[in-house]
Parts: sequence; structure tokens; C-alpha cells
Amino acid sequence: MIPAIKTYLNRSTETAPLAVFRIFFGLMMLISIIRFWAYGWIEKLYLEPEFHFSYYGFEWVRPLGVWTYLLFGVCGLSALMVALGYRYRLSMVVFFLSFTYIELMDKTTYLNHYYFISILSFLMIFLPAGTYFSVDAWKDADKRFQFVPKWTVDSLRLLLGIVYVYAGLAKLNSDWLVHAMPLKIWLPSKFDVPLIGPLMGREWVHYAFSWGGALYDLVIPFLLLYRPTRWVAFALVVVFHTLTRVLFPIGMFPYIMIVGTLVFFEPRVHYRILGFFSRLLRIDAGVFDNWAVLRVSSKVASRLKLGFLGLFFAFQLLFPWRYVLYPGELFWTEEGYRFSWRVMLMEKAGYAQFRIVEGETGRWFYVDNSDFLTPLQEKQMSFQPDFILEYAHFLRRHFETTGKRDVQVYVQCSVALNGRLSKPYIDPDVNLAEERESFRHKTWILPFEDEIKGL
Amino acid sequence: MKQFLYLIVVVLGFTVAGCSGDSSDDEMRPEIPDGGGNGGGGGAVEFDRGAMLAHWADFIIIPSYVGFLDDFADVNAAFDTFRGQPDATSLENLRAAWLESYKRWQWISMYEIGPAEQEGLRLNVNTYPTDTDLLEQNAASGSYDLDLPSNRDAKGFPALDFLLNGLGDTEEAILMAYTDGTSGPRYFDYFEDVLTDIETRVQRVADAWVREYRDIFVANDGASSTASVDRFVNDYIFYYEKFLRAGKMGIPLGVFTGTPAPNTLEAYYLPGIGNDLFLQGLQAVQDFFNGKAIDGSGTGESLASYLRALNTVKGGEALDEVINSQLNMARDMVRSLQAFKTEIEENNPPTDMLLAYDEVQRVVPLMKVDMVSAMSIAIDFVDADGD
Repeated sequence: MIPAIKTYLNRSTETAPLAVFRIFFGLMMLISIIRFWAYGWIEKLYLEPEFHFSYYGFEWVRPLGVWTYLLFGVCGLSALMVALGYRYRLSMVVFFLSFTYIELMDKTTYLNHYYFISILSFLMIFLPAGTYFSVDAWKDADKRFQFVPKWTVDSLRLLLGIVYVYAGLAKLNSDWLVHAMPLKIWLPSKFDVPLIGPLMGREWVHYAFSWGGALYDLVIPFLLLYRPTRWVAFALVVVFHTLTRVLFPIGMFPYIMIVGTLVFFEPRVHYRILGFFSRLLRIDAGVFDNWAVLRVSSKVASRLKLGFLGLFFAFQLLFPWRYVLYPGELFWTEEGYRFSWRVMLMEKAGYAQFRIVEGETGRWFYVDNSDFLTPLQEKQMSFQPDFILEYAHFLRRHFETTGKRDVQVYVQCSVALNGRLSKPYIDPDVNLAEERESFRHKTWILPFEDEIKGL
Repeated sequence: MKQFLYLIVVVLGFTVAGCSGDSSDDEMRPEIPDGGGNGGGGGAVEFDRGAMLAHWADFIIIPSYVGFLDDFADVNAAFDTFRGQPDATSLENLRAAWLESYKRWQWISMYEIGPAEQEGLRLNVNTYPTDTDLLEQNAASGSYDLDLPSNRDAKGFPALDFLLNGLGDTEEAILMAYTDGTSGPRYFDYFEDVLTDIETRVQRVADAWVREYRDIFVANDGASSTASVDRFVNDYIFYYEKFLRAGKMGIPLGVFTGTPAPNTLEAYYLPGIGNDLFLQGLQAVQDFFNGKAIDGSGTGESLASYLRALNTVKGGEALDEVINSQLNMARDMVRSLQAFKTEIEENNPPTDMLLAYDEVQRVVPLMKVDMVSAMSIAIDFVDADGD
């Protein structure tokens, strides 16, 4: 191993930042699950629809009927156990699996935030976040470490940094920077937001928000890393995420990011936070300060783990760039769009009218999408090719079971992107029932016939 | 450290505020008087949603109800004459008054919001095809409750259509039904009850608008999913898609089943009228889009002017013109058709009408995708998180 890397891996730091991160993460996830449940979304998003859109390769992941509630229960419980640091590693594994399973059940609800939670919880399985200020460490002195390898804390910072910087890079395109799209569409409709509402219709505000947003995403991790700017950066984090929360319906994510960025602070701050919790819970936190240091062991398993995490981050760095392998405009085809921190970049909407043709007789009719899809599913389906294809296959299966033979499925689909007039999206003469899903380019997507310059 | 605690308090505060603002109908959201785009100079969206709502209510919606009720008085009068002296002339007059009123109905059918939504007006007044067996049964027994949901397809304009045009194959046969000593009084009674049912319901809706809903409607000028504009635009597009496009053309054409069903045409018993009723509905939709006052006094703020205001900042094609020209195209195509019933029954497939349907259909994505996208209005609002 290169000496510099070896030295780095052997450096230690306080465990407190990890512990604080673990506690807030667990609590935030618990709140998210309760909120999701309380809003009736389990019923509405997973139980009511008769059809679910699957991720390619994960068709076997389906809602579990009424047991879906149990799945959410398990997920929430494991989040609570993570917060408490009780059987931390097991809880973290259970949380990762249950949460990821939930997200894989239907891609209609895909959000970058959920993907972020999935990979973050995956990373946390490998971090010794349960060795300090946790039930585990409280009960067992052997599992108590005041110091852990510095890379463990840094890995969280790196992941947050990747999310921000990649979100910023994704904004470096002509629609965002030159045309202030889609904010030019979204912000004028926010005229009734308290205080800032009257400004939302002004063009300069649209540009200021576009450029400010891109700049914020690109530099905030560095401002957080650099000590003299840290508090200012954190204030920016709070302002930025609060603003997005006020303007857009983005649920819990802003809060998760705000508490998440605390991991950039020096341990002193985390000791204060833990001190606060100690007083609240009336426990003597002194027991955790045992000066024990968890070291990177030289065992093969440990080395494998580090190598594996190296690969994990390499994947995170490379995966968002896969879109360059596809022809055509990314925003139009969405081939390589997901899992790449492309957040709030597009005002995209579509309308898809499916035509079923019976091959033998040539008889045809249109499908009423609301017979099969919820409004949210129909909305998402109407402008994403992989949804359209999956739904077309569903329609073929459905109408074949009603006794029709040689069912062909065609779609007339129009899509509008970032203020451009809607135009045909899918080749109306292609029988989608015959097309197969794959990672290859979908040739039946009609060309964009415009250009969005930039990354 | 103090600053840190302060931040935590701020964050928690927003968490609480955020959680409550998240619920499906954010009625908790404070309503700030609409500032429109009250910016001077520079690029800014200058549009007052409140003014548009007021124009809709005062110059389009309420006058439409009032006009309908005025016309309906003629139907009542013609009915009284017919009942007093059932002959070919009075029947013809009643039929003309009914048709006039049915056309007028097409101008209020789309406003299924607020009082009309509560009343279930469209369902109660214009559910077709009418269930003639149920109607005959009701009329024969003389005991029925038109308020029952089960009687919705035995009343309203479609029931009148049957009573005026479908009781026999010839004029004489129809007149016979009314002059017959047994069936006559029953049909007259039923006819009258149906008229009363329609009038009472529309009157209730019109009264509610004038009494209270107008102010509620106009005051709810925000931009949330429950604001008047957002909800109305949803209802408006829903009307176009389901009732105008599908109900009057698509379903009879069989485009959703593959089998034409001319018996599902509006005003089935008076062939040739379906086209007229459709064209009235289409004109109502277009005039509303352009904010044309019902009394012909000009135009006010409208979806079209809203799109123009948004375009001053957004740039791009003039969507209001695109939508208008597509609506014109659709109208031209439908106008050139023979009676819908003839088109469907005498052509297999009914190619001309299908082509016209396609033009009618082309308006849907323009409204449902382009227009709502430009206005940032959520279609069929779903309460879920976004990115």
C-alpha cells in the first residue's frame, strides 16, 4: 500500500461525529417512516395500485399486500434501533434492506433522496457508528471506542460532497444557466409564499436562484470542509434547504441534509450535542470516554472491507456519467438520468395514449389509462420511456388474458420539456409489445430536435 | 454554541411548520393577498389570478347559470302549453325550447366545481344514455324519487330527449302517448317532475354562487393545489377530456372498446343534434379559454391571457395561439361531418369522424401537458414528495 494512504488509514479521530450522525439519521428515518405511514401513502402508493413499475432486474420486488405495513414497521423499528445504537450493525443491515426493498417496489416514487438514503445506509453498515454513545457501547466495554479511524468520518463527508457537487455539475447546462429553466416556470407560481412571494415572478430572481443554486451545490462541501468558512457554510445550508422546503414539496430531505452536514464539524461541536442528549436522558456520558482507539486491523477481512468501500466510491463517482454512453439528449431520453443527483432540473410532462390493435382482425381501441394506473403513476409513465415500455407490456398481457390474440401496443405520446412546446416522443408506428427492455439505447424514442448544451 | 442551538430551534420550527404544510389539503397555509407580479419594469410575470377568478365568476360562470335559467322558463312555458293542448305544433315548440335549453346546458356543464360539484349537477342533469326501461317503469308506477342516485339515468335532458323524440317511431305515435287516456297523464307528470328536478338543481347551484361561493372562489387566489385556479383548471381539462371528447364522440365511436356504440350518443333520439351539442360545448370551452364574457361585452383575464403573461418571461411559442388554432381545427373538422349517428352507423370504420376525433384529441396534450406545465399546475394533484 502506498505509504501516504497507509498513514491516512491509520489516523484516528473522535467517534462523536459518527455517533451524532447515527442518532440524527436514525431519528430522521423514524420520522420519515411515521410521516409516510400517517399520510396514508403506504395504502395509496403501494396497496391501491393494481400494477407497479419495476426497476429493470428487480421485477421480483413487489409490495407485500398488508404485510407491506409490517415492512414499514420493521424499517421504522430498525431506524429507531440505529438511533439508539442497539445492535447497531444488525439494525443498520435491516434498515438498509427494508428501506431499499421499499424503494424498489415501485419506481413511480423514485426520488434521488431515497436513493441517497439507500446508499448512505449501505455505507453506514461498514462504519463503527455504534461504538460510542450507544446502547451497545453502554452495555459492553469491549465495544466502546472513543476514537475511530478518521476515514470512517471522512467517508460520510465524501458521500455528502459527491451528492452536492454532482447536483451542481448537473446544473451546468444551457437550460439552467442561460434560460433559467425550469425555475422560470416554477417560481412565478409561488407568488403566494409568505414574504418572498411577490418577488417570485421577476426574471432576475429566476436567474439569481438558478446561478445561486448551482454555485451553492458546487462549493458548499468545500466551504464546510474549510474551518474558517464552516459556520457561514452551515448557515447557508440552513437557508438553502429551508428555502427549497418552502418553495417545493420535497418532504423530509432538507432536514436530513441540514443535520447531515453537521458531520463536517469538529468533534467539539458533537460533544456539545451529545452532552445535551446526556442531560436530556439523564445519563452519565463519561463512561464512553474511555480513550480506547479502534484501529484498522491488518486482517484480510478488514482489507477487503476497505477495498470494497473503495470500489463503492469509485462506483459513485463513475455511475452518474454513464449517460455519455447513450446517444441523444439526456433530459429527453432519460437514459442514465436516475441515480445521478439530477435534482429539480426539468419541468417535464407528457401525455400518452395507448392504442391496442388485435393483429388478426386489425380491430383497435384506445386504453383509458385510469383503468390501470393511479394519477401519479400515469403522470410518471407519460414521459419516461422505460415506464412506457413496461406499461405497454402490461397492457399486452392484460388484453391477452381477456382473450384477444396477437395484441399489438402502440402509443401516441407527446412530451413537453422545460417550456418547449410538446412534441411527439415515441414512434407511434412501433409495436411496443415487441420491444424488449435492456440497457441499450431505445431506438423508438423520437429525436429531441433541439440542443441543451453543457454537462 | 448559542448560535448552534439557535439554528437547531430554527430547523425544528421549520420541521413543524413543514409537516403541517404537507398535509393533503394545505388549508393551513396562510393566504397572502395576491400581489400578482407587482413588479415594475424588467422581466416579470405580471398576472393577477384574483382578477381572472373574478372575471370568470362575474362575467362567465354566474351569467351562464342565469342565462340557462332564463331559457329554461321557456321550456316550462312550452311544456304547459303542450300539456294544455297536446298537438303537433305545441310538441314541436316544446321540442325547440328543449333543444335550445339543452344547448344552453353545454355552457354550464363544465363548471363542476363548488356548488355544482356538491349538487353532482352534471351527473343529475345529463347522464346518458338514458335508461328507458327504468323511465317507463317510473312513469307507469308514478312512484319514484328523482333524488335517488339510482334514478340519475332516467331523468335530466336525456330523459326529456326520450320523452320528446323516442316514445314512438312517428310524430303521431309520440303524440298518441300523450293523448292516450292512461299513459298521457303519467308521461306529463313524469315530464314535469324531470323539468322541476333540473330547474331546482341549477337554481340551487346558481343561488349558492351568488350567495357565497363567488367570494370564496375569488378569494382563494393562491397557488396551492387547492387554490381556485388549480382546481378549476383540473376540472376544466377533465371536462374536455372525459365529457366533451370521450362522452360526446369517443365512446359512441367506440375508440375505447373497438366497437362503435351509437346508442351512447347524446340526444340519441333526435339524430343530428349530437353534433350541435358537441359544437356548443366546444365553443363554451374555447370562449372560456379566451375569457369571453357571456353577454358579449368583451374579454377579461383568462387562461389565454395568463399564458401570454407567463410567456413574457418564459419566451417560446405563443401557446394560447397554438391552443386556439387547434380548437378551431377541431371545430372545422366536426362541422364538416354528417350527423354523428349517420357517420357511425353508415361507415365502417367511421373514418371521417375518427379523423375529426383525432383533432379534438390533439387539444388534450396541449392543455394537459403544455398549458398546465406553463402554469405550474399539478394535474390530478397527488400528495407525494418530489425531488
